[in-house]
Amino acid sequence: MDTVAGMAAPEIHRYVTDNGLRVVLAPDTTSPVVGVSVHYDVGFRSEPEGRTGFAHLFEHLMFQGSESLEKLAHFRHIQGSGGTFNGSTHPDYTDYFEVLPSAALERALFLEADRMRAPKLTEENLANQIDVVKEEIRLNVLNRPYGGFPWILLPPVLYDTFPNAHNGYGDFVDLEQASVEDCAEFFDTYYTPANAVLTVAGDLDIERTTALIDKHFGDVPVRPAPQRRSFAEPLPTEDRHDTHQDPHAPLPALAVGYRMPDPINELDGYLANIVLASVLADGDGSRLQQRLVHADALVSDISAGAGLFGPFEARDPDTFAVTAIHPAEVSEQRVLAALDDELDTLAATPPNDEELAKVTARWTANLHAEHDRLVSRTLGYGSLELLYGQPELLFELPARIASVTADDVSAAAKALREGSRAVLTVEPSAQEGAQ
Amino acid sequence: MTVNAGNRSADEIGRTPQGPRPLPELGEQRKVADLAVADTELSNGLRVLAVRKASVPTVELRMRIPFGGTDPMHSARAEVLAETLLTGTATRDRVAIDTELALIGGELGTAVDPERLVVSGSALSSGLPTLLDVLADALTGATYADAEVARERDRLVERLAVARTQPGVIAREALQRRRYGDHPATREVPQAEDVAQVTPEDVRALHQASVLPRGSVLVLVGDIDPDAVVGQVEGALRGWSAGASATPLAEVPDITGGDLHLIARPGSVQSQLRLSAQAIGRTDPRYAALQLANLAFGGYFSSRLVENIREDKGYTYGAQSSFDFTGQAATLIVSADTASEVTAAALLETRYELGRLGLVSPTDAELESVRQYAIGSLLISTSSQGGLASQLAALANAGLDADWLAKHPDRLADVTADQVADAALEFFAPTKFTGVVVGDPDVVGTGLAALGGVVAP
Repeated sequence: MDTVAGMAAPEIHRYVTDNGLRVVLAPDTTSPVVGVSVHYDVGFRSEPEGRTGFAHLFEHLMFQGSESLEKLAHFRHIQGSGGTFNGSTHPDYTDYFEVLPSAALERALFLEADRMRAPKLTEENLANQIDVVKEEIRLNVLNRPYGGFPWILLPPVLYDTFPNAHNGYGDFVDLEQASVEDCAEFFDTYYTPANAVLTVAGDLDIERTTALIDKHFGDVPVRPAPQRRSFAEPLPTEDRHDTHQDPHAPLPALAVGYRMPDPINELDGYLANIVLASVLADGDGSRLQQRLVHADALVSDISAGAGLFGPFEARDPDTFAVTAIHPAEVSEQRVLAALDDELDTLAATPPNDEELAKVTARWTANLHAEHDRLVSRTLGYGSLELLYGQPELLFELPARIASVTADDVSAAAKALREGSRAVLTVEPSAQEGAQ
Repeated sequence: MTVNAGNRSADEIGRTPQGPRPLPELGEQRKVADLAVADTELSNGLRVLAVRKASVPTVELRMRIPFGGTDPMHSARAEVLAETLLTGTATRDRVAIDTELALIGGELGTAVDPERLVVSGSALSSGLPTLLDVLADALTGATYADAEVARERDRLVERLAVARTQPGVIAREALQRRRYGDHPATREVPQAEDVAQVTPEDVRALHQASVLPRGSVLVLVGDIDPDAVVGQVEGALRGWSAGASATPLAEVPDITGGDLHLIARPGSVQSQLRLSAQAIGRTDPRYAALQLANLAFGGYFSSRLVENIREDKGYTYGAQSSFDFTGQAATLIVSADTASEVTAAALLETRYELGRLGLVSPTDAELESVRQYAIGSLLISTSSQGGLASQLAALANAGLDADWLAKHPDRLADVTADQVADAALEFFAPTKFTGVVVGDPDVVGTGLAALGGVVAP
């Protein structure tokens, strides 16, 4: 199927190993490099109460050694083979990945299999990584303006239940209480092969790679995948508001959060929200940029998006968010009124064909750019297999985006206006802003 | 919950009946295919470097225009120019530019620093004629309408207020002043009060005097025919000409070692350590050896610095050492952000590792690891159109070309242990470094004073 002009849908092989590991293989020999990723079906929405930040802390621990690998060995073997690596924790999954010269493929599979089979979870490594994670939080949240805006600050306003509302980076108090026993239980529950997706993309041979996967992952013990929890919670019934004091921020900011259609089970409605976000805020010709940034000069910057970490990152419930930074002289009410007005306009009169054509063309080009970067291609296949069971969706998206109609976008705008929303205000609180 | 959940201890999880397994050997590495390249100077003096890389049907564009200036208002004017270059021409307004680009899946963006004005973009390769047409229109006919300049100037003032609260920006600005005093190279972020004074006439005059093809470079990488593209560019940019050359930044002086300056940021929970020493540029025969020495010190995760202050001590989330290129000059910058309580201890360890690199040379294992990493990570970063375009633009800026890039893996492969040891001893000596610490003096002051070599604010 030729879903995107100029690029045939690539070859994708999928299978499930005897111990339940889902495998995606996507050969493409354009460059002699290969990407390997493992996605585990657990993110920070699954962490227990009293253990905020645990999923992310555990991600750090997975790099700290396993039965065949001393502390630091994982990093040294990847980088000493010419490769790069990382891991990241999302609301509904945690990924681990490396990109390497293709000569190092077997080594990467070995490293991922070893920590899936037998990670070393020790007191010493746990204490060290709690310190490192606290530094990460100081760097990204506590010591900078707009830290955690909006991904930490907005969910507790829009959501009521612990999984959806809590801070995924974690409170220091909770992090410090994490124990090795917690780690063991978390690993045994969630890090089973049956709860994971292994993706290999790039310069690979299918037959050889399949044999290598069998060799290295074949004896990872079978453990059942946990029953997946629903994180569904009722829609808010009235508008909500909260204020956050930011000692580093020089200007006020606001985030407006809305509930959205289920990204998995109502994909068409979800896609309409993605197109809506683009019509609202992508590029100088978009509606909010034209109106709020330029014509009315209400905000210095504004953005809109499906998902707090980008689209196709989470299951239901997911958030549509609009964020803006504005001068203190402009009231929040004026910004919100202009936003409401633009949504009302779209709800009453659907966008024109050119607006939709722009969205489709930019999505198509972005898809190509993403496909061209092996790390994002590998992670894209892995997360879509995990969330949708459809890695090939990556290539169908431009066509799916193109099939969203003007009326669909209009209906999405109307739904945002009719639902209840959450508004989070960031207020500069300090001394520092005046400098 | 499953029946097995929580049944095993951490100790049981960490071992199997079979026990530890051996690390697989590396296989044979396939070579990269040769690239089709055109590298030529147009009649207007613009260097065009075009490379065919048809992995996807798109094209990446990078243009670098030397943009030095000594007037104290230069950086403020340059910043406003960059923000308004793509906001209107005689035939297109801001929205029309965005619409035309969007319809070819395209983007164009600008950035400016003391050395250069950069225009970066991409599009579906079928849209390249439009991309070049919009670019040419802006380069030859940007109008800098009064209203656009006024609005972008106001936004810039707001954004500068935000930028100057970022610890990273504060630390970079302080380091530049510590290294270069009031040299124009230090004016990376203009002052808001200067920006507020910039007029549309100032911006138009700066464009006229400084947005010039001679000495500039345009890099195109993608699903293109390099030779045909040169002709396309020549045609599209024929109206862009001038006798004068674009203005390079005045060369920066060599930096000398000295005390670190403590910069006060009261109430901060973390400090920024920034140390810097003179290095050598890519054209020096010792460059590859110094590149490997730098990786071993702090240039990648498996380096001595990261393994010490992050993985052993937990003082930092990220520490790194990297090259900073300015004109033909190069320096090393060592940086780490650490909790206030351990700032002095982190500086102590950093100095220890600087001294150790020269005195206890990288082992054979360390050398082979950084060698593989340097070669492999270059292969990975240049395996995408965007990565290759950015890499080539940086090289072109230093007068180098695609051939230099293609031969660099061989240079890295040929470096000897002695060459790395010599580079480490010469360039990483602790006394060669100067720098800054940004933090809360009430918390970090006593420890830093005890350690010495740090001047209080």
